[in-house]
Amino acid sequence: MAKRSVVPFGPQHPVLPEPIHLDLVMEDETVIEAVPSIGYVHRGLESLVKKKDFNEMVYVTERICGICSFMHGMGYCSAVEKIMNVEVPRRADYLRTIWSEMSRLHSHLLWLGLLADAFGFEALFMQSWRLREKILDMFEISTGGRVIFSVNKIGGVLKDMPEDMLKSFVSILNDMEKELSETTTVFLNEYTVRSRLEGVGIITKEDAIRRGAVGPMMRASGIEVDMRKTGYAAYSDIDFEVITSDKCDSLARCQVRIGEIFQSIGIIRQAVEKIPEGEISVPVKGNPDGEYFMRLEQPRGEAFYYVRANGTKFLDRMRVRTPTFANIPAMLQTLQGAQFADVPLLILTIDPCISCTER
Amino acid sequence: MAQFMSFTKTVLRNLFSKPVTTAYPNVPREYPERTRGHVEIRIEDCILCGLCMRSCPPGAIHVDREAKKWNIARFDCIQCGYCVEKCPKKCLSIVPGYTKPDSSKHTETVKKEE
Repeated sequence: MAKRSVVPFGPQHPVLPEPIHLDLVMEDETVIEAVPSIGYVHRGLESLVKKKDFNEMVYVTERICGICSFMHGMGYCSAVEKIMNVEVPRRADYLRTIWSEMSRLHSHLLWLGLLADAFGFEALFMQSWRLREKILDMFEISTGGRVIFSVNKIGGVLKDMPEDMLKSFVSILNDMEKELSETTTVFLNEYTVRSRLEGVGIITKEDAIRRGAVGPMMRASGIEVDMRKTGYAAYSDIDFEVITSDKCDSLARCQVRIGEIFQSIGIIRQAVEKIPEGEISVPVKGNPDGEYFMRLEQPRGEAFYYVRANGTKFLDRMRVRTPTFANIPAMLQTLQGAQFADVPLLILTIDPCISCTER
Repeated sequence: MAQFMSFTKTVLRNLFSKPVTTAYPNVPREYPERTRGHVEIRIEDCILCGLCMRSCPPGAIHVDREAKKWNIARFDCIQCGYCVEKCPKKCLSIVPGYTKPDSSKHTETVKKEE
């Protein structure tokens, strides 16, 4: 038997934008086991419910993560709205859907860039982020922020998008589609990229279920699960297919996410066509009393929000289960038996968001 | 199917096209109208009710009714716009233009004249 050694990986590592530590038990160049430890960026946001009233918490939940900030705010607002039996205007639902899909677009483009960076294709990383920049500009035009949008409120949204703005966004996305397909072809077809991704980090269908993977990780293992199909916000009116792949490897995860990029553009187009006129928010009176589980599909997978209220303006409990947290066991599974050089890439294929995980 | 040199077209185009980035700060950035840069107050319409102070999530605003002063700690403000939404007289607004960097945290005071 070869000699075993333990190699620490992280919390500071060039491939990791955020801190996570892994102890890699190695046998020569092969990883036998990976032992994770998290907790470097824990901020205790959930316990802030005792100090901030339920309206102010919208701005706290947005700051859980810098990538899915819109969806965090939306998940929390939807949960409180359900508790208070508030019917959100349909236009607000559509606006939320459009912003959610824009978040998905920019998150997946960010991930593609990071992936390219992880396998050492710097120019491709720049191209992906160049495309992402246009989405961020669209966010700034429509919400006033590039990272934190602050457009959600309990009872609807704060800002409307006039028709000419929506039309201009669709035309920007139409123009982007061509550039996108040029960039994504490199990811899917280029020999050098494929040699790094194909057959690496296989997680079988059974393993994905047993380890409780979510989102693109689950869909890349051939399991059709997408919370958008539960029909929250305006997704019940939108026609789309869940993108899956049966290959179960890193390339499959890349394929699923690239498929979702184009699908998101399609969803935005549909939503802009169908968006009704009307109010964007309803006034909310009183304090929430009760509890609710809200499930929604973030770019990284399924997130859920548990909110328990007691009839005062301070909530009893707020709990967020973020997708990265659910994907860590699956990531550890892919690391077992992997080559040391593939470790950064395998960590990236789950699209880790450590700030989300630790809140 | 695996391809070779699929990135070449992009590389060649990038070689002969203008850069995507701008020459900031020589070319100043133009912010869209909705950019949440900083909070501004039209003090003549303010009734010093203190709703902004009570609603501010990070507690950046302080209203002094006695001295008729409206104070904001620019470094604490998170530009969420909750005070703008809450203001009964609509005298608060979020306008483009980020606050300048500084070497110390300080509070900005606006005094309401009689």
